[in-house]
Amino acid sequence: MSETDQDMRADAPFPRIGRVGLDGLVVSFGETLSEPANRAALAFRAAVERATPKGVEESATSLVSTFLRFDALRIEAEDLRGDLQTLLDSCDWYGADLPEGRRLWRIPTIYGTDLAPQLAEAAEAAGLTEEAAARQIASSRVRVQTIGFAPGQPYLGELPEAWDIPRQTALTDRVPIGALTVAIRQLVLFSVTTPTGWRHIGQTAFRLFRPDSDTPFVLRPGDEVIFEATDRETYERLREDGPDGGARSEVIR
Amino acid sequence: MSRLIVHDAGPGVSVQDLGRPGYLAYGLSRGGAADRLAMAEGAALLHQSEGLAALEMAGMGGTFEVGHDTRIALTGAPMRASVDGAPLAWNASHLLHAGSRLSIGAATRGVYGYLHLGGGIATPERLGARSAHLAAGLGALIAAGDELPLGEDRTGGETGLCLPTDDRFEGGAVRVVPGFQTGFFPDEERARFEATPFTRAARGNRMGVRFDPDGEGFASAAGLSVLSEVIVPGDIQITGDGAPFVLMAECQTTGGYPRIGSVLPCDLPRVAQAQPGARLRFRFVTEDDGIAAERAAATARKGLRAKLDHLVRDPHDIRDLLSYQFISGVTAGHDEET
Repeated sequence: MSETDQDMRADAPFPRIGRVGLDGLVVSFGETLSEPANRAALAFRAAVERATPKGVEESATSLVSTFLRFDALRIEAEDLRGDLQTLLDSCDWYGADLPEGRRLWRIPTIYGTDLAPQLAEAAEAAGLTEEAAARQIASSRVRVQTIGFAPGQPYLGELPEAWDIPRQTALTDRVPIGALTVAIRQLVLFSVTTPTGWRHIGQTAFRLFRPDSDTPFVLRPGDEVIFEATDRETYERLREDGPDGGARSEVIR
Repeated sequence: MSRLIVHDAGPGVSVQDLGRPGYLAYGLSRGGAADRLAMAEGAALLHQSEGLAALEMAGMGGTFEVGHDTRIALTGAPMRASVDGAPLAWNASHLLHAGSRLSIGAATRGVYGYLHLGGGIATPERLGARSAHLAAGLGALIAAGDELPLGEDRTGGETGLCLPTDDRFEGGAVRVVPGFQTGFFPDEERARFEATPFTRAARGNRMGVRFDPDGEGFASAAGLSVLSEVIVPGDIQITGDGAPFVLMAECQTTGGYPRIGSVLPCDLPRVAQAQPGARLRFRFVTEDDGIAAERAAATARKGLRAKLDHLVRDPHDIRDLLSYQFISGVTAGHDEET
């Protein structure tokens, strides 16, 4: 069977190694988002970074996969595929621990109001009142499952089942930096101003991408976040406070 | 320090180099010039490193001036260019005298034109590069009144050189390799995808470009319920209405639309340079053929300097040549960057 046939085989067992363009391989740990698959992707990437296979130039994770970019003119994809398979076979990645040095962040958030105009709509989709919806999100401790789409931007989960609501079919023209949005039992905190299909339910003054600081990308996969409810007056004050917007963090032990 | 003074700029002018590889895990795509071949051509024309930053001009250039006599090169989409009213050849290097006005108008073919300067644009690096990444909020579009610092032109060398014009500015055939989601598309859809002519839609920018099919859009068996996955420039997403969207330098790093394949990196300049209305076709190639094409393109890029030729000069240009020789005493470019 040729490599291309393997890529195209939709029923191959996980973990599964596939091709991304000419110079990328992706190791997928599942078809849908699950906690073990997310852990596996993070742990496998860490192992790849430690092993630094020849020709690999960059690695990254998505929700349930690890991506590797390599120099396609210097090494054979088939050789790298073999190295990755050996690494995959070396342990049970689904049982891996979460990354070390994880932190718990508390980020002050305004729910609803003109600053986050889709709380009512999202609450209705989740079958909750606005107050109950805001309370439920504000008391959820969610984990950064991956950083992606835009610089430093986290996908966080997993929310209670009621929040398994679809994305909007039509896009919102733009949400501002710091917008907290919801869909499919996940939250996304936006690092840029952009159109989106996710519903805008909260607003923070937290800057995820700080290109001129020592820590350009603030959150890391594995970090946990509580989006604490705050009032308008406090929020306006925190907004002037700098890029943290009143957020506090502590190391998870 | 020498400066590039911007008197006027089109709506899509920005500083670009080869971008910032290595930040994919942090959600930041590589970015950099939309047409990377044009960066290599500019480097060849000026005998300098292709990593030096240049001005990328989408559709329209601007009016520029330099504080000191400066070598320049014009590459990418051909645009109407002149100095103090005298026309300038495209895909060529010139000496721009201090105080002269360089005017660069609309593209006659293609989308992205480039203005390279001896020593490169020397704005401060951010995260290891000078490229504006507008989607990420890094850097900004260039506007009238801006002044950009230039690096020291240590290479020197002659101007009045040109490269043969390329055919990548009018659409054409683009090669595609299959990827891990190609199997979501049934055989007959893949065959129809290859057989279908596309028109470059009006919607397109440094993040991605949409192509409208002649006839029906394309459907994947997976529908629209695919889990978000890593995205790289060149990936061809099939969006909700079945039209392909080719991801470009400044794309997002993850996406949930299924991808039918990826454009070869060496064919991406042809996609970037297809102007609205241009016709284009996608053709699947095997991995081996893709690697061979990439290798050939790398060899051709390295061989650009051997293809340099002298512009046929008119008396106006000869004045430039003489003044340059008077200043530097040499005309033979030597190459300390590579």
